[in-house]
Amino acid sequence: MSKICIVFDRLRSEEKMLEKQAIELGHNTTMLDAKITQFNTDSQKNDYDFGNVVLERCISYFRGLHFTACLEFLDVPVINKFVVASNCGNKLIMSLCLKKNNVPTPKTYFSFSADAAKENLEKVGFPLVLKPVIGSWGRGVIQLKDNDTAEAMFELRELTNGPHDRIFYLQELVKRPPRDIRVITVGDQAIAAMYRKSSGGFKTNIALGAEPELCDITKEIEDVCVKASQAVGGGILGVDLMEDEKNGLVVHEVNNTVEFKGLAKVAKKNIPKEMVEFALNSTRK
Amino acid sequence: MNCPECDASLNIPDDAAVGEIVSCPDCGADFEISKKEGVNVELKQAETVGEDWGE
Repeated sequence: MSKICIVFDRLRSEEKMLEKQAIELGHNTTMLDAKITQFNTDSQKNDYDFGNVVLERCISYFRGLHFTACLEFLDVPVINKFVVASNCGNKLIMSLCLKKNNVPTPKTYFSFSADAAKENLEKVGFPLVLKPVIGSWGRGVIQLKDNDTAEAMFELRELTNGPHDRIFYLQELVKRPPRDIRVITVGDQAIAAMYRKSSGGFKTNIALGAEPELCDITKEIEDVCVKASQAVGGGILGVDLMEDEKNGLVVHEVNNTVEFKGLAKVAKKNIPKEMVEFALNSTRK
Repeated sequence: MNCPECDASLNIPDDAAVGEIVSCPDCGADFEISKKEGVNVELKQAETVGEDWGE
C-alpha cells in the first residue's frame, strides 16, 4: 500500500476530494496543515511521516513554495516540484518560460519602474492590461485604456510600495470571445477543460463570477497545453488559454495549485483520481 | 457552539475537519477549525485573504 500526504493551509473542497479519492484507491492518506509544521536545518526525512509523496496544496503561494523547498531539502518527492511552483507563481517568470519554449502567449512588456512603464506605454499605446506578477483570481488585473487610468494605477503602486509593485507587467489586450479556457493537465496530459465565460467585464475568473461550461479537448488544445506544461516543468497544472482572433490559441497563464471544484462536477474524467494516481506513479519511475 | 465574535449560534457540520473554515451567519466572521475531538471543536480566527493567495 502506498502512502500519500496532502499538505494544506486552508482545507477546501479540492483537498477533501483528493483525500477521499486517495482513501478510496486504498492508499494510506494523511492531511498535514503547513501552518503547524516545523523544519530546521538538521531535520531528517525520518523525523516526519510524509509517505511516498506529498501533494502540496497550500492556498498561499509563498507558504507552499517555501514548504516545498523544505520537502525537497529532505528528499521528499513533492508535486509540484519547487521549480514548477516557482515558474508558475510569478507571471513574469512564467511568460518567459512560455516564450522561451515557443508556446504561443500574448505579447507582454516588462519594466522595473513607473517611469519606464510610462515610457513603454507611450511607445506601444493603449490599451494594455496591467497585472501584478504575484496573485490570483484576477485581483489587481486592470485594463489600462488611457493615460489617466495608467497614471492612477502607477501612483497607487508607489503608495503601496510592495516589493512586487516595482515590477510592471503589461500585456496586450487580446481580441477574443468573452471567455477563456481552463485546462487541467496532469503529467503533460490534458484531462479536463472548461470555458469560463465573462460575467460582464473583461475578466473571466471563476472567483469573480465567470460561468463555467464544459469544453471539449481538441487536438489543438491538447498540443498547446502539453507544450505549456513542459515549458514550466510539468506536474499538475491549470493552463489558461485565450482564443486570439489573430493568433489562435494563446496561453496567458499556467497555475500551480489548480482549483477544480466546479470542473470536477462536470468533467468526464475523475480529476482527483487522476491527480492522486499521477503523484504516486511519479515516485515509481 | 457560539461565535467568539458576536455570540450567535454557529452551525458546524458533523463531518467538518480540522483546517476547514466556518463562517458566522450573523456577523460574517470566519473561523478555522483548529481542533476537533468528537463533538468538541476548537476554533481560531481564520487568516485573511493574502496577496499571494490563489492558484
